[in-house]
Amino acid sequence: MIRVKGITKSFGKEHVLRGIDVELYPGKCNLIIGLSGSGKTVFLKSILGLHTVDSGTVEYDGRILGDLNKNETKKLRQEMGMVFQGSALFNSLSIEENVGLPLNFFSSMTLEKKLDRIKFCLNRVRIPDDAFVKMPSELSGGMQKRVAIARAIVLNPKYLFCDEPNSGLDPETAIVIDKLIHEITHEFGMTTILNTHDMNSVLEIGDHVILLQDGKKTWEGKKEDVLTTDEKNVVDYVFRSNLFKQMRAALAKS
Amino acid sequence: MIYRFFEGLGAYFLFLGDVFRRPEHLREYYRSFLREVDLLGFSSIALVCFISLFMGAVVLIQTAMNLDNPFLADSYIAIAVREAIVLEFAPTIVSLILAGKVGSNIASTLGTMRVTEQMDALRVMGINPASYLVLPKIAACLLFNPILVIFGMLLGLVGGYLAGDVLNLVNTEVYLSGYFMEFFPHYVTYSLIKTFVFAFIIATVSAFFGYKVEGGAVEVGKASTKSVVAMSFTIILFNYILTDMIL
Ligand SMILES: Nc1ncnc2c1ncn2[C@@H]1O[C@H](COP(=O)(O)OP(=O)(O)OP(=O)(O)O)[C@@H](O)[C@H]1O
Ligand SMILES: [Mg+2]
Repeated sequence: MIRVKGITKSFGKEHVLRGIDVELYPGKCNLIIGLSGSGKTVFLKSILGLHTVDSGTVEYDGRILGDLNKNETKKLRQEMGMVFQGSALFNSLSIEENVGLPLNFFSSMTLEKKLDRIKFCLNRVRIPDDAFVKMPSELSGGMQKRVAIARAIVLNPKYLFCDEPNSGLDPETAIVIDKLIHEITHEFGMTTILNTHDMNSVLEIGDHVILLQDGKKTWEGKKEDVLTTDEKNVVDYVFRSNLFKQMRAALAKS
Repeated sequence: MIYRFFEGLGAYFLFLGDVFRRPEHLREYYRSFLREVDLLGFSSIALVCFISLFMGAVVLIQTAMNLDNPFLADSYIAIAVREAIVLEFAPTIVSLILAGKVGSNIASTLGTMRVTEQMDALRVMGINPASYLVLPKIAACLLFNPILVIFGMLLGLVGGYLAGDVLNLVNTEVYLSGYFMEFFPHYVTYSLIKTFVFAFIIATVSAFFGYKVEGGAVEVGKASTKSVVAMSFTIILFNYILTDMIL
């Protein structure tokens, strides 16, 4: 479990995170939702330690980020995987080399075992074998996302972070990616933290949903609660469109 | 303005501190080094050869015109051409060309990696991007730039000879013998020391500009341009300092 306690982060005069307390559960997809610019990416990067927070702590199963020594930090890093908003594949390396890079750095596997592991991960995200030697620029956006997921899970991480994994994809591919992450999360018992502003994702895979507004957590609950809660913040966020409002009214009647 | 210059200089040295951490996974660094040698070194050979040939030809024409004197043997023209090429044209011009080609490539590659979050991806994995991405580039430049400059020297001399022959400006036999007269190996050493320093400047200054990019594609382009200006400036400055110190 990841326990976030009162983290704040500002850039100059702009206060992006204003004190967030939240617990993120293992074996579940923890979804961070919120409008564009509400600080989702900054929140994710702060938990990861890519941004140093101004105050507050982040605890990974009892280990406080920032209080660890060099070796402990290294070990923790190997338990983390991240899928970036723009995939962030290394564009000078082939697909195979991209997925293999963490293995080359951090595992003592034999070459054969490594290749097996790379193949397993890529096939798990349904990348066909003949694409292994391609360069990232030769793949479609959806495939790049899947390779990024394969790279993130190659070291078998305990914690998986995804920054809007389905942004910029068509609705069908978006759902495929969502489901993939959901399956992997349950299959390997990972603590997955996923940023999104896509309501489809929320309703599909939101085991634990956290609403971020103006750098604060304003609501959290399960996906089922999203549709039924009377909490004003959620209603405002989710039922912004008239169609959704009518659906909600109809739902309430039935 | 002056304040910003010193702020930048400080940031540059802090960056170097980050780069020169002891690498922990030498094999990966070595692999990346080989890629860089291919990318930064081998791909520049043709350009350097072409430029040096014509540079040598131009140096010869100008020298021959200025030393057009019946009492001066053509071997003296050869000596003048040789010194000009070995001392200055090969190391400095080739390094400036490489600053434009290799340096802007380094800056834009690293800048792109920065804005597309590839650097963050490395950091999440627990890999120090400064060291892993930049050290192999520095090593490749330090190894390959001197090789390119030596190519440049040789082809510059060949270019001078060919121009003299084709344009009938010199007696080729006398001229050729001049290349081997009063030769100081010390001059070549001086040139190679310069080249090493320039190679270090090219690799680290361009990497610094690329590494610090914030924003998007536009900023990457700007950083690449700025890095070429900064590299040229620094190279010319150090050219003066080193010449004053060594020669
Ligand atoms: N490195 C930075 N320097 C300065 N300000 C930043 C930085 N990163 C983010 N911000 C600011 O923090 C705020 C939140 O940005 P963030 O990227 O977290 O939004 P987001 O919720 O992820 O939005 P989106 O859904 O569009 O990705 C923005 O106003 C942005 O300007
Ligand atoms: Mg974002």
